[in-house]
Amino acid sequence: MTVVERREVALVDLLDRLLAGGVVITGDITLRIADVDLVRIDLNALISSVNEQVPSPWGESP
Amino acid sequence: MTGLRYVYAVCRPFGAPLQTALKGVAGDPPRLLSHRGLIAVVSHVPEGDFAEAPLHRHLEDLDWLTETARAHQQVIDALTAVTTPLPLRLATVFRDDSGVRVMMEEREADFLRTLDRLEGRVEWGVKVYVEREPAAPSEATAKPASGRDYLRQRRMQSRAHEDSWQRAERFAGRLHATLSTHADGARLHAPQNSALSKAPGQNVLNAAYLVPRAESEEFVELVDRTKGEEPGMRVELTGPWAAYSFVDDPADSSSVGESSSAAAGADIGEGGS
Repeated sequence: MTVVERREVALVDLLDRLLAGGVVITGDITLRIADVDLVRIDLNALISSVNEQVPSPWGESP
Repeated sequence: MTGLRYVYAVCRPFGAPLQTALKGVAGDPPRLLSHRGLIAVVSHVPEGDFAEAPLHRHLEDLDWLTETARAHQQVIDALTAVTTPLPLRLATVFRDDSGVRVMMEEREADFLRTLDRLEGRVEWGVKVYVEREPAAPSEATAKPASGRDYLRQRRMQSRAHEDSWQRAERFAGRLHATLSTHADGARLHAPQNSALSKAPGQNVLNAAYLVPRAESEEFVELVDRTKGEEPGMRVELTGPWAAYSFVDDPADSSSVGESSSAAAGADIGEGGS
């Protein structure tokens, strides 16, 4: 178990849980959490644009 | 320090202290806000960063998001060491303590039920990747002598590709079925895009399992034994996590389907703005 624990958690694994999991509560400043899902889509685009050698997300197929 | 309240998790009261050096999101140490038999773990965050508009802006800033997500996770991790927290989604923010209390009261029955269901359990993440096929043996790499040769090679290549996909699906399906019988719950996340994860290979299974803490060692061994079982497949284990993927009552949500691998790579989609 310890080996797993010590390795730094990958950001994608973290976001799978922090943006898709966890109890959804609308805070009283109306942070509509559903928006976070939209953010995630933008984020995917963002991350791939940050990635210099943006490979095709579809892998090998043309 | 004034400011808004950032809530990480809700738990039952626990005896052990949190580690003293623990810093939350925005550097403020998390504190425990107790209300009617429940505890919210809260820290103060500046309004300039966490009010709705700035927060939305920040969430699209990868560095900010990374830092915030890691700080959030650190608090949840520290809690997981001393209790079974019910983690809230990233960036759940309230105006003040009384806002947090109102929320706790409104969701009290829900929280208690879920905390009971999760008690003593942790989440393990298991991913399966299909490693890139090694370059096909000599024949396929040789220059095709004719159009017919070329077509034959193409056919063989695509057949090999299909085979490896089918094998991967079978392997992932089998593994998921086995692990599910050793878990109190299972969830499928969308497969991760390799452009985002930078992990080699194609992710075909991205699952989470809810496992009693006491049985975690067995579960980890079970996963370890499958590593290297199937050539060309890589199995990765992460955890233990707080039960992020299991906060919804399985009776409420549609149950785990087998369809998610079809979504492989669909994450980025057309969002290239």
